Amino acid sequence: MTKHNGSKPEVQERIGVYVCHCGTNIAGTVDVAQVAQWAASRLKERGVVIARDYKFMCSSLGQELIEKDIKEQKLTRVVVAACSPHLHERTFRTACARAGLNPFLCEMVSIREQVSWVHTNKEAATIKAQAAVSGGVERVIHHEPLEPMTVPINPATLVVGGGIAGIQAALEIADAGYHVYMVEREPSIGGHMAQFDKTFPTLDCAACILTPKMVDVGGHPNVTLLTWSEVEKVEGYVGSFNVTIRNKARHVKTDLCTGCGICQEKCPKKVVDEVYEAGLGYRKAIYTPFPQAVPKFPVMDVDNCIYFEKGTCKACEKFCPTNAIDFTQQDEVINIEVGNIILATGYDIFDARRVSHYGYGRLANVFTSLEMERLTNAAGPTNGQIVLRDGKTTPKAVGIIHCVGSRDRNFNNHCSVICCMQSLKFAHMVHERTGAIVYNFYIDMRTPFKDYDEFYQRVLEEGTLFVRGKVAEVTDAARLPGEEGKLIVQVEDTLAGKQRRIPVDMVILSVGLEPRKDSSETAKLFGISCSANGWFIEKHPKLDPVATMTEGIYIAGCAQGPKDIPASVSQGAAAAARVLGKIQQKEMALEPIRASVIEEKCSGCRICNDLCPFNAISFHEDTMVSEVNAALCQGCGTCVAACPAGAIYGTGFNNEQVLAQIEGLLLLNIGEEAVPA
Amino acid sequence: MTTDTFEPTIIGFTCNWCSYRAADLAGTARLKYPPNIRLIRLMCSGRLDPTFVFKALSSGADGVMITGCHPGECHYLEQNYKALRRFHLIRRTLKGFGVEPERVKLVWASAAEGAKFASETASFIEEIRSLGPLNWGKSGGGRPTTEDGDSPSSVLRPQSETEEVPA
Ligand SMILES: Cc1cc2nc3c(=O)[nH]c(=O)nc-3n(C[C@H](O)[C@H](O)[C@H](O)COP(=O)(O)OP(=O)(O)OC[C@H]3O[C@@H](n4cnc5c(N)ncnc54)[C@H](O)[C@@H]3O)c2cc1C
Ligand code: SF4
Ligand code: SF4
Ligand code: FES
Repeated sequence: MTKHNGSKPEVQERIGVYVCHCGTNIAGTVDVAQVAQWAASRLKERGVVIARDYKFMCSSLGQELIEKDIKEQKLTRVVVAACSPHLHERTFRTACARAGLNPFLCEMVSIREQVSWVHTNKEAATIKAQAAVSGGVERVIHHEPLEPMTVPINPATLVVGGGIAGIQAALEIADAGYHVYMVEREPSIGGHMAQFDKTFPTLDCAACILTPKMVDVGGHPNVTLLTWSEVEKVEGYVGSFNVTIRNKARHVKTDLCTGCGICQEKCPKKVVDEVYEAGLGYRKAIYTPFPQAVPKFPVMDVDNCIYFEKGTCKACEKFCPTNAIDFTQQDEVINIEVGNIILATGYDIFDARRVSHYGYGRLANVFTSLEMERLTNAAGPTNGQIVLRDGKTTPKAVGIIHCVGSRDRNFNNHCSVICCMQSLKFAHMVHERTGAIVYNFYIDMRTPFKDYDEFYQRVLEEGTLFVRGKVAEVTDAARLPGEEGKLIVQVEDTLAGKQRRIPVDMVILSVGLEPRKDSSETAKLFGISCSANGWFIEKHPKLDPVATMTEGIYIAGCAQGPKDIPASVSQGAAAAARVLGKIQQKEMALEPIRASVIEEKCSGCRICNDLCPFNAISFHEDTMVSEVNAALCQGCGTCVAACPAGAIYGTGFNNEQVLAQIEGLLLLNIGEEAVPA
Repeated sequence: MTTDTFEPTIIGFTCNWCSYRAADLAGTARLKYPPNIRLIRLMCSGRLDPTFVFKALSSGADGVMITGCHPGECHYLEQNYKALRRFHLIRRTLKGFGVEPERVKLVWASAAEGAKFASETASFIEEIRSLGPLNWGKSGGGRPTTEDGDSPSSVLRPQSETEEVPA
């Protein structure tokens, strides 16, 4: 079954085909030499003048091979059959450009990710690779020389999320002399780190290292800090994003407020602080989450404010020395223009209630790790006293359970990276502050980074008892002498090979890190992707961990995956470096994949007008034709496919190219033509 | 070609942002599926001109798999909803031509769903294998031919084959 009807016009192009072995990655499953020979003979009439196979096409020698052929063989088109174009399209396009061939006259077909790595039968894989080459050859015949579009890069940057990762990113860019807008949804920046007492493995005080950075952000001449704010809409593309931000009403005039805190003192309404104090402490209805908050201005929680509920009170207003309270304040919607965006929205902690057999929420003295951070914090609800839920009793025995909600098929498969270290940190602090016996229940001890294992050794030497095994249950049902009034940790000690019941006064659940509950909405808002569970997906897991598939959008910190503070800071700085690189370039080349209306063909039906989500298509009443604004068009091609008159041309993905590729791909079937005709 | 040795050929349309990357991920993860599918990359499933599907089927493909980002996750916001509408239209049209509509399948696969891409591909190949080779008009009104000007391509593909598109 040969699908060519034979009446095809003769091809004028001189095409070179290059088949990569990728070591044995491709050559192990595809007969690459055969593919090249086949292309040279079978596709000769389709314009192929040379076809080669080579060990590593992407190596400098491989690229030189192509460049030499372009010059000597006067090639007008190039097809490279190798890995995914997402990896090396640019490499080969650049090689073509060096040899004087327009880079868009080069087409890559994937025979690694889509052939050799997914198939096992060598014969069938070889045929599929041939078909792919044939598809590429047919397509490339219809390629046209294109010039990339250049767009200017607005030097201002938006950083979303004011945790340590976002703070680092913002400071790097602001210090380099460029403007940063930082949007934080809470009343203060600081993120999770602001809740901690000490940070592993050095045990330096979190506030001592974090607050100076927060103050730097707050006072930096190049930073516009928008807390109590959320991004509502993102339009545009790399270089010129237009972002709509809602600045929620604080009910405090920030130009008058001095941050004296009298309003919080006088406010009669106490509210359990579920966010900053993790439910262990109180705040007022008008509050700053903590004394070192940046900015220093409080926010009014209208859901709890007595005035908003009953119409009377206004204690804050009465006592405010600068008349800064404003009950009528409305949300403000702001529009900003930025060239690049960094998302550093962090993580949520795993809800310990989901592991019901550990009793959190039911057994008073089961705590989460985040509660423990507040309990150990000198500025926390107990001034750093480690006590039971009654607020006074010091525990004599404490059990710390690792991996709660992590590495567990029922909840999250991932390792949360920081829980072992955080559990060791608590073991040390409980030991130091209470002298209690501490048991750590772990599955595997994971302490891989700098000075981490040393910290583990230290905690071992301090006398913490380590029990290897997954805890089956935490219960208050006493069965044996000595268990009365205690929490009993039921565990299989896998090293001793026996079941144990260990009575303790307090249990700490080292809960895992999870993606933000709204991370998929955030991803959608910014046009990036997130994994099935919700971590933002980086452009390349090893080689490009802070960029995303969307040009101009970068990610940093725990929003990308669980990590510790040093790694969050590194990513914040890395994302900033990438943005600074873009800013320095001043302009950027974009793929010229755009739609355009062929005026003579447009019937003026306007079907396309409403199809474009970027409002790139407008209708000219005078000439009665539609027009695509190339600066707004993102090149999806939907209008191209929809125009009933065929009046819209899709540069880079035009009908000829796709239809020709279909024919090329179907040139041969499995079981036919395995050998050159 | 008899049914017991029948190896279907399937054309798969992928979008640049999700499903093509899912196919890449299936490769990176070394997942296996049968070699009967050949992929074409479009920028978005919204680019899928129904003509492409008819062209594939009339050029020898036994089935067409249309893939894209999950609803609400299209890189271009909402264009996969347009692909969804066209998918239904394509199925209806095929039925009118006497071709089993099941020969065209729609799969949403995010960039993270390499496994889904591989398993959906494998099961579609088996579905087409059990349908047998595409035989235009076998189950109804005869195969439209190019000669009588009634072919799916000339009816539904005016812009691409009968008209010149300037370079
Ligand atoms: C109990 C516990 C103890 C830990 N102890 C240590 C330790 O001792 N040492 C260590 O190295 N690591 C420790 N970690 C890990 C550490 O918390 C993280 O590595 C670090 O805080 C990550 O910073 P981040 O900026 O990525 O995220 P976050 O700290 O989560 O900051 C994200 C910020 O973004 C804001 N935000 C979120 N979504 C939006 C949105 N849509 N719009 C605007 N703003 C938004 C949030 O309000 C928040 O301020 C610990 C973690 C836990 C749970
Ligand atoms: S759909 Fe085509 S014919 Fe109709 S207005 Fe748009 S470009 Fe013109
Ligand atoms: S290709 Fe058409 S629909 Fe898509 S972004 Fe461009 S103008 Fe809009
Ligand atoms: S980009 Fe994947 S469906 Fe639109």
